[in-house]
Amino acid sequence: MCLAIPVKLVLREENKGWVEMGNTKREVDLTLLPDAKVGDYVLVHAGFAISKVEEKEAEELLELLSKIL
Amino acid sequence: MDAKEKKLEQVIRLAHGNGGKLTQELIRGILLPRFNNSFLAPLNDSAVFEVGGTKIAFTTDSYVIKPIFFPGGDIGKLSVSGTVNDLTVMGAKPLFISCSLIIEEGFPLSTLKKIVSSIEDTAEKAEVKVVTGDTKVVEKGSGDEIFINTSGIGIVSPEIEHLSSDRIEIGDLIVINGTVGDHSIAVLSQREELGCGGSVVSDCAPLYGLLEEIRLYWRYIKFMRDPTRGGIAGVLNEIVQGKKFGIKLWEKKIPLKEETLAFCELLGMDPLYLANEGKIVFFVKREKADEIVSALCGHSLGEKASIIGEVVADPPGKVYLETIIGTKRVVDMLVEDQLPRIC
Amino acid sequence: MRYISEFRNQDLARRLAQRIERIASTIKRQVRLMEVCGTHAMSILKFGIKEIIPSNVKLVSGPGCPVCVTPESYIDLACLYMKEGFLIATFGDMVKVPGSNTSLAEEKSKGGKLSVVYSPVDALKLAKKLPEEKVVFLAIGFETTSPAVAATVLAAKEENVENFTILCGHKLIPPAMKALVENPEVKIDGFICPGHVSAIVGSRAYEFLAKDYNIPCVVAGFEPLDILQAINLLLSQISSQRAGVENEYRRVVTEEGNLRAKELMEMVFEKTDSEWRGMGEIKESGLCVSSDFSFFDAQCRFPLEIPSFRKDKKTGCLCGEVLQGLVEPEDCPLFKNYCTPSTPFGPCMVSVEGACNVHYRFGCKGEKVGAGN
Repeated sequence: MCLAIPVKLVLREENKGWVEMGNTKREVDLTLLPDAKVGDYVLVHAGFAISKVEEKEAEELLELLSKIL
Repeated sequence: MDAKEKKLEQVIRLAHGNGGKLTQELIRGILLPRFNNSFLAPLNDSAVFEVGGTKIAFTTDSYVIKPIFFPGGDIGKLSVSGTVNDLTVMGAKPLFISCSLIIEEGFPLSTLKKIVSSIEDTAEKAEVKVVTGDTKVVEKGSGDEIFINTSGIGIVSPEIEHLSSDRIEIGDLIVINGTVGDHSIAVLSQREELGCGGSVVSDCAPLYGLLEEIRLYWRYIKFMRDPTRGGIAGVLNEIVQGKKFGIKLWEKKIPLKEETLAFCELLGMDPLYLANEGKIVFFVKREKADEIVSALCGHSLGEKASIIGEVVADPPGKVYLETIIGTKRVVDMLVEDQLPRIC
Repeated sequence: MRYISEFRNQDLARRLAQRIERIASTIKRQVRLMEVCGTHAMSILKFGIKEIIPSNVKLVSGPGCPVCVTPESYIDLACLYMKEGFLIATFGDMVKVPGSNTSLAEEKSKGGKLSVVYSPVDALKLAKKLPEEKVVFLAIGFETTSPAVAATVLAAKEENVENFTILCGHKLIPPAMKALVENPEVKIDGFICPGHVSAIVGSRAYEFLAKDYNIPCVVAGFEPLDILQAINLLLSQISSQRAGVENEYRRVVTEEGNLRAKELMEMVFEKTDSEWRGMGEIKESGLCVSSDFSFFDAQCRFPLEIPSFRKDKKTGCLCGEVLQGLVEPEDCPLFKNYCTPSTPFGPCMVSVEGACNVHYRFGCKGEKVGAGN
C-alpha cells in the first residue's frame, strides 16, 4: 500500500486533479497537496497526491551519483 | 487445521485454474494419468495427429473472463482468437471452430447478440468458419453471465510441421511480437479495485496472419507458444521443466507500454506474469533472429517485436532475468496468478 | 518513465555497488540494515540488489507491511461486522488475510457484503451510492495512507454521509522502529527509512533513533539507485562511527514532511497504544478516531464485542518472527510448501508487500543464478 508512482498533473479543478499515466488521465484528490500546480509531477497513493516530485533534487542526486568513481 | 490437514484438504481452488503450478499439478496428477496417450502427453497448445496423410492440429479452450467486455475486445473475440492462436503456434492454419455457449438465465439478448457478432467478425478476420456448436442455459446464479467453449481444427503445413520443444538448443534466441501484459491490465482496469479505467487496450487478436508474414523463416522456428494466463514466465517455465537448458531474459529488451508499466508499478505486479492474448513467443535459430524480428515488425500485430532472451546451458530447468541494472534473479513458476478469470 | 527510468541506470548502479564494496571491506564485521517498508522489500528483490552487495552487508525486512501487522482481532471484528449485515469496503490485500478462524473472503463466500476499493474516497462514493447500506471502511495503513483517510472522513462530515464509518487500524512507523531497537534480540546497525511514509512525516521524525539510540538512518526512495545510495550512506556512517539522519529521497521528502497531511491527521485521529501482530502492544503506535469525529467511527457508532477465539493448534506460522527480521521467509517450514498466496497461513504471504509474498514472487535468498552467464 505504500506503492505510489510519480505522474504529471495536467488539470486541476479546486481539490480535484487529473494526472497522466501513459495515454490515460486519472482523477486524483489534491486535498493533501493544495499548492500543486498543473505541470508539477506528483506522487499518487490510494487516489491522493501526497507529495510533489522536485525536478531539481532529482537532477542533483543523479549528478552526485555520476561523480562517484 | 494444521498444515498437513490443510494440504490434504481435497478441494479445487481458484488457483487450479490460473495456469500456474496448481494447474500443472491438476493436469499431471488427475487428468494425464487417465487420458494418457502420445497425442496428449506433450501438453502442447494443440494436439497434432495424422489423418489420411494430412497432419491435423486440434485444440479446445473455455472462456470465463470477467468482465465480458473490456477495452480491445470481449469474450466473443477472445473465444475465437484464443483457439485460433493455439492452432497457429503448432504451425497449423486454422480452418474450423466449434462454439458452445453456456448462458445464465436472465442474460440480456442484446448483449448476447453483441457477443455473437463479435465471434462472427473475429472468425472472418481469422478466416475460420464456425461449423458446429451448442447452447445451454443454466438457472440464475448457477453461471456467471456467459461462458464459452471453442474447439478448433487446422492443417499443419509441411513447412512448419517440425515444431517441438525437443528441438530447442542452447544458443537459440527467444522472440516476442510485441508488448507484454496489456491484456491483463486492460481487464483489470475494468475491475473496481483499480479505481477507474485506463486506456490500455487488450492485445486480443487472431495471429495466423502474423505467422504467415514470416513464412520465409518457418524452417528456423523451433517452437512456439502463446503466453496467455501465467504470462511469459508461466510459459517459459513450462518449457524448461526437466530440460537440460535454461532461459535467460533481458529485462531491458522486454517491450512494455508505458501505461502497463505504470499500472504494474502502482499495483506491485510483475508484467512477466501477466496474460497476453495476441502474442507468440518464438524459439528461433540465433542467426535468423534479427531478420525474423524485422519481418514481424512489418505486420500490424508485430510492430514492437523484439528478441527478449536466449537459451542457455546454466542453470538448466530455470528461467532467470537479467534486470535492468544488470543483476540476475530467478523467474519462478507461480502457484497462482494474482488475477483470476483473466481469459 | 520520468523519475523512474533515470534511477534504474545500470552504469550508476555499478558504480554505487563498487563504492559499497570498498566501504564494506573497511568495516569487516557483519552489518545488518533493516528496511521497514514492504515496497522496499519488493524493490530489493525485484532488482536483485542482494546480489551486488557484499556478503557482510545483510538486508533485513522489518514490520513494513501494514496488512501484515494488523492483529487477528481486527480481522475478526471486521468479519463480525460483515456477519451483522454491514457492507465492508477494503483495500484488496486485506481480503484473504486469515483472522483467528475466518477471513473476509470466507465471510463473503457465506453471503457477506464486501467491496474492494483502491481509495478511501471510493468507499465514501459507495456509501453515497447505496444510502440503505451501512458501509464500514477498513482503515489500514501507515502514515502514507492515514492522511488520505483523514481527508475522506472530513469530506464525509462535510457532506453529511451518515452511512459511512471507518474501522480504524492505522499504525505509526517511528514507534515501531523504537520498539525494534529496544528489543535486544533484534540487531540493527542502520535503518533504510520508508520513503513514502517519510513524505508525510518528514525526515526529522527519525532523529530520535540517531540521537537516543545511535542508529544511522537514511530516508530512501524505491528505485535501485535510491536503495544503493542509502546503503552507501549508511555504510559511510557506520564506518566512521557516526549516527545521523540523512535523506536520499530529497526529490520527494522534506525535513518537515507534508504539513497539510499532518494537520488533517491531527484533526481526525488521536494516538493510541496499538497491537502489532507478532510484536505485541507498542505504546502510542496507532491511531484512533478523535471524539469530534466519533460519528464516523464504526466502533463508537456500532459497538460490537470483539469475538475471542482460542487458537488450540499452533500452525507453525512464523510471521511474527519474519516481521521483526529475526528469520527470513525461507526459514519458515510452511513457506511455499503449504503457505502460498492462495493458501496463506499468515498475513505476510497475503499482502503484496508482505515479506513472504515478496520472497515468493521475486525469488529466494541464496538462489544464485549460474556463473558465467
